[in-house]
Amino acid sequence: MAEFVMPTLGADMSAGTLVAWKKKEGDRVTRGEIVAEVETDKAAIDVEIFSTGVIEKILVQPGEKVPVGTVLAIIREEGAIAQAAPPAVEPSRLRISPSARQLARELGVDPAGVQGTGPDGAITRRDIETAAQAMGDRRRAIGESPAEPIAPSPAPRAGEAGDRLLRMRQAIAAAMARSKREIPHYYLSTTIDMGRALAWLSEENLKRPVADRLLYGVLLLKAVALALREVPELNAVWKDGQAVQSQVIHLGVAISLRGGGLVAPALHDADRQSLGELMQNFRDLVKRARAGSLRSSELSDPTITVTSLGEQGVETVFGVIYPPQVALVGFGKVVERPWVAEGTVVPRPVVTATLSADHRVTDGHRGGLLLAAVDRLLQEPGRL
Amino acid sequence: MTMKLTAAEIAGTVLRLLGEIAPEADLTQLNPEVGFRDQLDIDSMDFLNFVIALHEALHIEIPEADYSKLSSLTGCVNYVMTMQGGQKTS
Repeated sequence: MAEFVMPTLGADMSAGTLVAWKKKEGDRVTRGEIVAEVETDKAAIDVEIFSTGVIEKILVQPGEKVPVGTVLAIIREEGAIAQAAPPAVEPSRLRISPSARQLARELGVDPAGVQGTGPDGAITRRDIETAAQAMGDRRRAIGESPAEPIAPSPAPRAGEAGDRLLRMRQAIAAAMARSKREIPHYYLSTTIDMGRALAWLSEENLKRPVADRLLYGVLLLKAVALALREVPELNAVWKDGQAVQSQVIHLGVAISLRGGGLVAPALHDADRQSLGELMQNFRDLVKRARAGSLRSSELSDPTITVTSLGEQGVETVFGVIYPPQVALVGFGKVVERPWVAEGTVVPRPVVTATLSADHRVTDGHRGGLLLAAVDRLLQEPGRL
Repeated sequence: MTMKLTAAEIAGTVLRLLGEIAPEADLTQLNPEVGFRDQLDIDSMDFLNFVIALHEALHIEIPEADYSKLSSLTGCVNYVMTMQGGQKTS
């Protein structure tokens, strides 16, 4: 038997309200499947399960607010059977990324009927878009009305929105106060010449269709992700009095929410994604963060946070580390500055990159190496 | 683009797409001459989504170099009118 518990989705969460079950007793569930919706002080979250089996007993009903760690349901596991013989391919076992699966849901496309063109036949977002386009063409050909678009969630009433914003501010306040109380921050900054990166980006976007174009911020994210491979001690969490390095690089990206507040969900395995994949997943993450449909793993998994305030006109970011993480990388806006190149002063677009890091875990020397790596990687944007 | 749209139809499409991207915005108060980003809470990701939506709704190619022409409602209408070979609005 396994327990499905109220997850902790960050240092600022002590309890959550079960909003709805997506499954009922007796239903089979697969690891990674969304089985419940939970409301935290920050957002409504789709909660995934981390075991495969059958829901034996539901213990918490919709509307109940329970502390983190409370058992919500009992799962009768089927792990041993599943490991013994590979199961036949079924819809939930299709080779399809979470991003493409989400897009399929939004566009009303059944992934089981889509031919994948990705690695090993994996279904990509492009495959889903093509299938959706074909569905629309068929409907037009036979004069059928297009499917009803998925209705957006009704906007919360003013009072509800105000209450949620207040709770979010209280949650952020608790996490940031804890951070400043417990983490001895140190801060470093460096100025990076963005001339090559921006020129490369312009050329690259000329080759890409509108929907596949890259934002400049994606170059920054990828550079940080790759730099963390060189200085892995900054990609860690503080647990039980010591730093625990993460074997994977899940960038928490700070996303401002409409009406106020912010969340920093994870872009999983950011170092292993191509720029195109990273851009699509970033787009999807921002969209779902603002629509209130993040997944539990996206809030619990970040191993470091990256924030950019350049669009707000900020030149230098002095970030506060989000516990239990041990570092935060910040970027300001790109500005034209005089720059000495080969003995000549020339105007160059530059950005200030900063690191806020936990002095219990690293010192300025290692932090400096991270920023230096980010700088070096951005000078060779074609290799990102 | 197979059928020419009027300026009013283009403006209606632009406002509908903006409403989907920034549902909290009161678009009835939008000044057509002033940039969206000076009036609405939208960032570069929102703007990219807007450009993609405009491309998909009107089937027009929009080079990145032209993004600045789409920064206001009047700019969008003029741009699309030009792309479909019509008259610009004043």
